[in-house]
Amino acid sequence: MSATSTTIGPGDGAQAVDRAPAPSRGAHRRWWLRPRLAISGTIVLLMIIMAAFPQLFTGFGAGPTENCDIMLSNQAPSAAHLFGIDIQGCDYYTNVIYGARASILVGIVVSAIAFAIAALVGAIAGYFGGWVDAVISRICDMAFGLPFILAAIVVLQLFGQRNIWTVIFALALFSWPGGVRFMRSSVLEIRHREYVQAARLLGAGNRRIIAKHIVPNAVTPLLVLQTLGVGGMISAEAGLTFIGIGLTPPAVSWGLQLAAARDYIDAAPHLLLFPAIFLTITVLGFVLFGEALRDEFDPKGK
Amino acid sequence: MRQPHHAPRPLLEIRDLRVQFATPQGTATAINGVDLQLAAGQCLGILGESGSGKSVTARTIMGLLDTPPARVAGGEILLNGEDLLSIGAKRRRQLTGPCMSMVFQDALSALNPVHPVGRQIGELFRVHRGYSRKAAKAAAIEMMDRVRIPAAASRVNDYPHQFSGGMRQRIVIAMALALGPELLIADEPTTALDVTVQAQILELLKEQQAENNMGLILITHDISVVREVTDQVAVMYAGRIIEQGPTAQVLSAPRHPYTRGLAESVASEALKGHRLPAIPGSPPDLLNIPVGCSFANRCFLADEACTAAVPALEAISAGRQSACFHSQEVPSHAAYSH
Amino acid sequence: MLGYTVRRIGQMIPVLLGATFIIYALTFLMPGDPISALTGERPLPEATVAQIRQAYHLDDPFFVQYGNYILGVFRGDFGIDFFGRPVLGLILERLPTTLALALTAWVLKLFIGLLIGVYGGLRAGKTGDHFALVFTVLFMGVPGFVIALGAQTYFGVHLGWVDPAGIRAGWPMAFILPALVMALEAAAGLARLTRTSLVDVLRAEYLRTAKAKGLTPRRIIWGHALRNAMIPVVTYLGLSLAGMLGGAVIIEAIFNLPGIGGLMVSSINNKEGTVVVGIATLLVLVYLVFNLLVDLTYGLIDPRVRI
Repeated sequence: MSATSTTIGPGDGAQAVDRAPAPSRGAHRRWWLRPRLAISGTIVLLMIIMAAFPQLFTGFGAGPTENCDIMLSNQAPSAAHLFGIDIQGCDYYTNVIYGARASILVGIVVSAIAFAIAALVGAIAGYFGGWVDAVISRICDMAFGLPFILAAIVVLQLFGQRNIWTVIFALALFSWPGGVRFMRSSVLEIRHREYVQAARLLGAGNRRIIAKHIVPNAVTPLLVLQTLGVGGMISAEAGLTFIGIGLTPPAVSWGLQLAAARDYIDAAPHLLLFPAIFLTITVLGFVLFGEALRDEFDPKGK
Repeated sequence: MRQPHHAPRPLLEIRDLRVQFATPQGTATAINGVDLQLAAGQCLGILGESGSGKSVTARTIMGLLDTPPARVAGGEILLNGEDLLSIGAKRRRQLTGPCMSMVFQDALSALNPVHPVGRQIGELFRVHRGYSRKAAKAAAIEMMDRVRIPAAASRVNDYPHQFSGGMRQRIVIAMALALGPELLIADEPTTALDVTVQAQILELLKEQQAENNMGLILITHDISVVREVTDQVAVMYAGRIIEQGPTAQVLSAPRHPYTRGLAESVASEALKGHRLPAIPGSPPDLLNIPVGCSFANRCFLADEACTAAVPALEAISAGRQSACFHSQEVPSHAAYSH
Repeated sequence: MLGYTVRRIGQMIPVLLGATFIIYALTFLMPGDPISALTGERPLPEATVAQIRQAYHLDDPFFVQYGNYILGVFRGDFGIDFFGRPVLGLILERLPTTLALALTAWVLKLFIGLLIGVYGGLRAGKTGDHFALVFTVLFMGVPGFVIALGAQTYFGVHLGWVDPAGIRAGWPMAFILPALVMALEAAAGLARLTRTSLVDVLRAEYLRTAKAKGLTPRRIIWGHALRNAMIPVVTYLGLSLAGMLGGAVIIEAIFNLPGIGGLMVSSINNKEGTVVVGIATLLVLVYLVFNLLVDLTYGLIDPRVRI
């Protein structure tokens, strides 16, 4: 008991009751017992494998544009062609499987670029403060001033022929301001922590402090935030492609398939159905995965 | 220890109150059989450290516990003979405000940031007395005057963040006093304030209590507050009252080892340069309360009897009770200072 | 208040300049000569080309071009397209459709999102809350344009409830389906935010005070909880209105509504840079104005930031 105060010191553990604890959400359970993380993680993993090795799912048979027979165009699903035949007379199952690559690649790479920019620029802005922060924050304001989809459209129209990398470039160009702001505020919080001060007193340089102390300690929430954004990027790519501003043939993507299918809604509804299902499951999987991750790292953020 | 039949009915009587909390680690017993009485015009201090159950007691009386995780496992709380634990929600609302009210620890978070203070005070008159907007505002100004907020009429439309800490606490007190309650519970009303402001707020509480003949329960972990303000004191430890009696007597001649430890730690302020008498050890785990006396593991008088059974709170002299098998030996024992 | 407004407008100007400059630079870095796109197969005589380039200031240094452009914008002159029509007129002709769509969607979203969010927040942890959560995840997870396609196919083509192609039915009939699709997707985020905010507020000390005043649960929620819970929501709502203008571009294309989206796509295909830049500039302006309005409303709802 302190002699300089007339008050009673806090008791161990007992405060928990005094402050009426909220029931924990099973933090002691194993992760694989949590169905949401397990299910969404499986979807995400499956889609990534599908994007990387589509052959695994098509039995190492013909590629998406091989073995096509224009006479069979728009044939409905059958035992030989599970998802039917597309307009060009190609096996639709193969096409849909190969379509995963565009979506997954765009979603993950754009988010990764946004993550890298945000981690670095946000850390610099938050760590140095002053005019560096002011300049970076104003640039963020400007980039925020543009509606995201609109900015992406303006960039995409610069290119006549648009492949996956063009779309990634266009989406990544304006994908970072949110992350930068987020990282900046995280860094502002930890900048004054004792281990940062200690490192500075021990003579560590700015670059070392940012690389060893600031970024590693502020980066996890940002990573989770960007994971949540993957689904949105996949959606954006498919939407842009669908209205004819995103990927252009000969690329194979769900957005292109949906756009082509649109004119045959009555004659061949299966053309619309399968890519839509795949796209939905993928985006849903990534959104759920991001949310599960966030709850994992920050149970209060729900 | 029940009130004898011929005595006047107390304002508040708590009988064998038990409150538990469901936590991820199991059931924690926050209040483990508390008996209390308070007469009108009396000021009772409840002294205890965090987790001793003093705040939970206050919230249980006021019906402010979050259930779940909290659960009242047993007992009665009689306000003018009416059991607050068995009345319906509507009746409770009728009593909360007009008959009993509460002053909170942190006035800034206790006041709604988006409403002017006048509206927050006036709301009581509007809801419970059906005042018009205008009348409620006039009543609010009157209350602000009563708790001596300068220029009340011009500040009635100000928001909580525009007041200083002491003034905010006065507003919270004005709100609590608005409908002239018979029972006022103040939960650490001065903890968040500067020392000089603390004294003013305590002064105000005491004066209002005397003027309106209220029963006042003052919950605190600060012995000096208890000494200055209260007539009676109940010391809580691990969900039980372990000593009770007139404040001056209890603090000057404690009859429970825990109270003695507290009293000595305060008294020792005068003995600068000497070794501090501290109570070794820490309070028991509320998830797993020991079979015997909760204080036994820290007590200089503990023996086998203490770890075998819980000592009951029993009369030791006129108006004084202690829950200790060795209450006779407490004053004489050499205790902590060796 | 006036001083603050002026200061905020002052802060808007660099953002406006920066954002429009980005758009302007990107657009006029467009590969391909606009004049050859205009004339098609048959080449124009050198002199005519030079004359056109002169008329459109295409030979001026880039920054001069941008400076002239932005000065024009402040006078309400967004330039003319290659057929000599004023760009502002073209945009204003299409703007009402887009604004109607975005606003309808926004209002629908407001109702749906707040309803679900408040419901989920009040019943936090209970079955109703879980259902609300599943709903929000579904609408966040299913891409909006997939819902749009599905809704159009089902309600438009199969049931014939709404005209699948275009605006003939006028407001509101032609707008309900696209607006609802946009609203559902956006309502999920709003519902989430509202729920989280309300759950936080419901734990606040001042609600305990309200309970200690003997108020009814209804009065506690309506009088004390909701307004506090709305503070973060209002910011989000303002920002999202601008986002809806962007999102409307894609939905318009799907539902064949003759709004800004269609104009944008056709201008891009025709390499009508002035129109593209004009649209972007106007949308940025609208966005900034909404931002300003949000900032000013913020003081009304939260007295702590009142100026």
